[in-house]
Amino acid sequence: MRPIATTRSATGIPTGRLAVWWVIASEIVIFGGLLGSYIMHRIGHPEFGGYAAHTNTVAGAFNTFVLLTSSLSAVLAHKAAEAKDGPKAFKFLWLTFLGGLVFLTVKSFEWHHEISEGFTITRNAFWSFYYCAAGLHACHIIGGMIIMAIISFDVKQNKELQRVELIGLYWHFVDVVWIFLFPLLYIAK
Amino acid sequence: MSTSAGAAEHAHEHAQHPEHSHEGGHDAGHHEGHDHGSFWSTYVFSVDHKMIAKQYMFTGMLMGLIGGFFSYVFRMQLAYPGFHVPGFGVVSPGEYNALITNHGTIMIFWLAMPVLIAAFGNYLIPLMLGCDDMVFPRINRLSYQIFLISALVLIASWFVPGGGFGGAWTAYPPLSAKSQYNLTPLGSTMWVLAVGLEFVAFLLGGINFVTTAMNSRAPGMKMFDIPMVVWMIVIASILFMGSVGPLVAGAVMLVFDQTIGTGFFDPVRGGDPILWQHLFWFFGHPEVYVVLLPAVGIVAEIITVFSRKKLFAYKTVLYTALGTGVLSFFVWAHHQFVAGIDPRMANVFTATTVLISIPIAEMMFVYVATLYGGSIRLATPMLWALAFIGEFIIGGVTGIFLGSSGSDIYFHDTYFVLAHFHYTFVPIAVIAVFAGVTYWYPKMFGRMLNETLGKIHFWGTVIPFNGIFIPLFITGMGGDHRRIYNYNNFPDLARPDLQHMRQFATVSLLVLLAFQIPFFINFFLSMKKGRLAGNNPWQANTLEWQTVSPPPHGNFAELPNCYRGPYEYSAPDRESDYWPQNEPS
Amino acid sequence: MTETAHTHDSHGHDSHGHGSPEAGGHDTNYVKIWGILLALLCVSVAGPFLGIKAVTLVTAFGIALVKAYLVAKNFMHLNLEKRYIVYLLITMVALMGVFYAGASPDVMEHHGRNWVNVAAQQETARALAEQAAGGGEHGQEAH
Repeated sequence: MRPIATTRSATGIPTGRLAVWWVIASEIVIFGGLLGSYIMHRIGHPEFGGYAAHTNTVAGAFNTFVLLTSSLSAVLAHKAAEAKDGPKAFKFLWLTFLGGLVFLTVKSFEWHHEISEGFTITRNAFWSFYYCAAGLHACHIIGGMIIMAIISFDVKQNKELQRVELIGLYWHFVDVVWIFLFPLLYIAK
Repeated sequence: MSTSAGAAEHAHEHAQHPEHSHEGGHDAGHHEGHDHGSFWSTYVFSVDHKMIAKQYMFTGMLMGLIGGFFSYVFRMQLAYPGFHVPGFGVVSPGEYNALITNHGTIMIFWLAMPVLIAAFGNYLIPLMLGCDDMVFPRINRLSYQIFLISALVLIASWFVPGGGFGGAWTAYPPLSAKSQYNLTPLGSTMWVLAVGLEFVAFLLGGINFVTTAMNSRAPGMKMFDIPMVVWMIVIASILFMGSVGPLVAGAVMLVFDQTIGTGFFDPVRGGDPILWQHLFWFFGHPEVYVVLLPAVGIVAEIITVFSRKKLFAYKTVLYTALGTGVLSFFVWAHHQFVAGIDPRMANVFTATTVLISIPIAEMMFVYVATLYGGSIRLATPMLWALAFIGEFIIGGVTGIFLGSSGSDIYFHDTYFVLAHFHYTFVPIAVIAVFAGVTYWYPKMFGRMLNETLGKIHFWGTVIPFNGIFIPLFITGMGGDHRRIYNYNNFPDLARPDLQHMRQFATVSLLVLLAFQIPFFINFFLSMKKGRLAGNNPWQANTLEWQTVSPPPHGNFAELPNCYRGPYEYSAPDRESDYWPQNEPS
Repeated sequence: MTETAHTHDSHGHDSHGHGSPEAGGHDTNYVKIWGILLALLCVSVAGPFLGIKAVTLVTAFGIALVKAYLVAKNFMHLNLEKRYIVYLLITMVALMGVFYAGASPDVMEHHGRNWVNVAAQQETARALAEQAAGGGEHGQEAH
C-alpha cells in the first residue's frame, strides 16, 4: 500500500518520474567522472589513438543502431501505456528487452575477439578504460532489462502503467550514454 | 496541542489524483492496523520512516562507539608509545595505520552521514512536511539494508588475513592500489567495497529525501514555509548526488587496480595517481558541506525554539546554503596543494576556498542575530547548539591558514590540519548530533531526557574536546607530522614539551569518553523512566510537534494543512508565544 | 519536434498539479525521429573516411550531441517536462565540466609550471615508438 505522500505532487511532476530524473542526474555524474577521466587520458596520451584503432567500428555502429531502435520501441511502449493499452506496451517492452539482448550478444562476441587477440583489460590504460566504460554501461543495460522484464507482467494486465514511462526514461538515458561512448571508443582513432 | 488540522484531506488528495485511483483503498485503514506486525516486521524489516531512522541512528551510534574506541587506542599509542593499551594490547605499526584509517572512515561515512542525514532526514522530513511517510518506503528500507551490509563489510575487513586497510580514509594510490605496498590485499578491497555500498545506500536515501520534499509537502506549505533543517538535508542530499558520481567511477577503477591489476592510477602504465586525488576530493570536499548543512539546520531549529524568536533572515540562510553548495564544487583541490598540482591551479583554488568562508560566516552571524534579544532558555539542546556555533567558528577560522596555498605548504599533513578538521567535524558529527538527539528525543521516544545528566554530559564532552585539540594545534605548528606511529623515532619531534601536549590530548580524550557514560545511562533509562513528554514539550511550531509522541505509523491522525512559516515565535497580539504551522489563523 | 513546451509550461503551477504523464501524443512522430537518428549515425560512421581530423571530430562528437539532444527531447520528452528538470540535468553535466577543468591541468597535461610528469612522458614516448615500429598503420593517426 502506498503512503499518501507518494500520491502528492506539489511540483506537478508525478513522484515516480521525479525520482527517475534524480536517478538519471546522479548517473550523469557517475558516467561523467569516468568519461571525463578517459578524455583527459585520451588527449594527454597520443598513443591511445593507436590502441583505439583495434576497436571494431562496425560492431560499435551496429550496437548503436540496436540501441537507437530499442529506444524507439521503449517510447512506443510508453505511447501504448498512455493509450491504456497494456498488452501492446508489454509487446514493445519485450521488443526493447530483445534489443538489449542483441546489444549484449554483439558486445560479448566483440570482447571475445579482442581478448583473444590479447587486448585485455590489464594491457594498458586505454583498454582498462575501454572495458571499464563499456562494462559499466553494459551493467546498466542488464539492470534495465531485468527491471523491464519484472514490470512487464503487471503492465500486461493494465496495472502500474506509469512504470512503462519510468523504465523508458532510464533506457533512453542508457542509450544517450552509448551515443557518447560510441565516438569516444570507436570513432576517435 | 494535539493534531488539529486537515479535515477531509483524504478525499481532497484522491480527487486530485485520479491516475492513482486504480490502486484503490488508500483510505482503508491506512493509519490503523500497521502497528500489530511481528517483531521482524516492526523492528527489522519495517518500512516506517521513523523505525528506519532509528535503525540508522542506532547503527550510526554503534559505529561511532567503535570509531571512538579506535581513537582511544591510537591516542594511547601516541602518548605512551609501546604501552599495553587496556582492551587492545600493544599496537603494531600496521594496526596503527588500520586504526586511524578506519577511525576516519567510520566517523564520516558511518557516523556523520547515517545519523545527521539518514536518521534525522528520515525522521524529520515526513513529519515536518506533514505527510505519512517517505514517498518510497520500500526503497527507504532497501537503503538501510544496504547501509547495514556496508557496515558489516567494513567490520569484516578488520578480521581478514592481513588486517584492515591502513592507507588513510583518502586511500591515495599507489599505496591503496597495490597490495605489495599496503600489505592488506583483502582489507583494502573490502574497504572500497564497503564505502561503495554506503554510497549506494545514501544515493537511494537521498533520492527519497529530495523527492519527498519536492512533491509531498502538506497542502499550503510553500517553499519558504519549509523548516530549515529539511532544506539543509535536501540541499546536502543534492550535493551528495552531484559529487559522489566521479568517486563511484573512481572506486570501480581502484578495485580493478587492486584485484585484476589494471593501471588506472599507475603512471608507468599510462595512468595517473593524481587522478584519484581529484576524483576523491571532488567528492570529498562537497562531502564536508553534505554533513555540515544538516548540522546547521538542526542548530537553526533549536536556537529559534529556545530563544523564542523568528529565525533572523530565513531567506538569507537558505540562499547562503545554496551558495555554499554551489561554491563547494569549486574548492576541492585545496586538499592537494602539496600533491603536485599545478601552482596556477592552486591559486584558483585558494581564491575559491577563501571565498566559501563568507557564506558560512554569514550563517553564523545570522544565528547570533537570532539569539540577540531573544528570551533564551539554556536547556540541554540549546547548550549543544550554542557550543556548535562557538566551536565551529574555531574550525572555520583555522581553515583560512590551510586554504591559502602558501601557508598550507608548511601546515600540510601536520596535526594543525588534523586539529582544524576535528574542530569542524566534531561540532558537526558529535555536538550537532547531540543537539538533535536531545531536542527530538521526546518526540522519538515520548519521554523527556534528564536535564542534570544531560548537562553533565554536555560539559564533560565540550571541555575535554577543546582539551584534545588545542594542544594538537600547537604540536602541529611545532611540526608534528600526522601519520607517525611513534615519535620516539624522530628526535626533532620526541621533545618532552611536545610529548606532554600529546599526553594532555590523550588524557582529555579519556575524560571525554568517560563522560559519554552519563549520556547512555540517560538515553536508555529515560526511555522507560523519563517524564512523559506530551506532544509538544518545547512549544515548537513545526509540524512534527503537533502529533502525539512518539507518532504512530502514518504519523498524523489527520494529515495537517500548513498555514504559516515554521518560526513564528513571540508573534505580537497572541497570548501564547508560539504559533504552530498547522493552526488555522 | 513541435514546440509545445511553452504552452505547457504556461499553465504549470507550483501547488498540487496535474500529475498525468502528458507525453505520448502531441504528434511526435517517433519513427521519423528514429530515421533521423539512423541517418546521423551513418554520417558519424562515414566521417572518418574523409581522413580530415577536424571533420572527424565534428561528425563524431557534434553528431553525438545532436543525437543525444534528439533522444532527450523527443524520447525522454524533455520538451514537455518542467524546465527545471532540464536545468537539473544540465547542471550535472556542467559539474562534470568543472571537474574536467580542475583535474585536467594535472592529469591531461604532463608538464606545467615547475613540474614534469616524467613517468607519463616516458610511457607516451615508449608507446609511440613501439607503434611506429610495429603498429605501422595505426601509429600515424595518433593525436
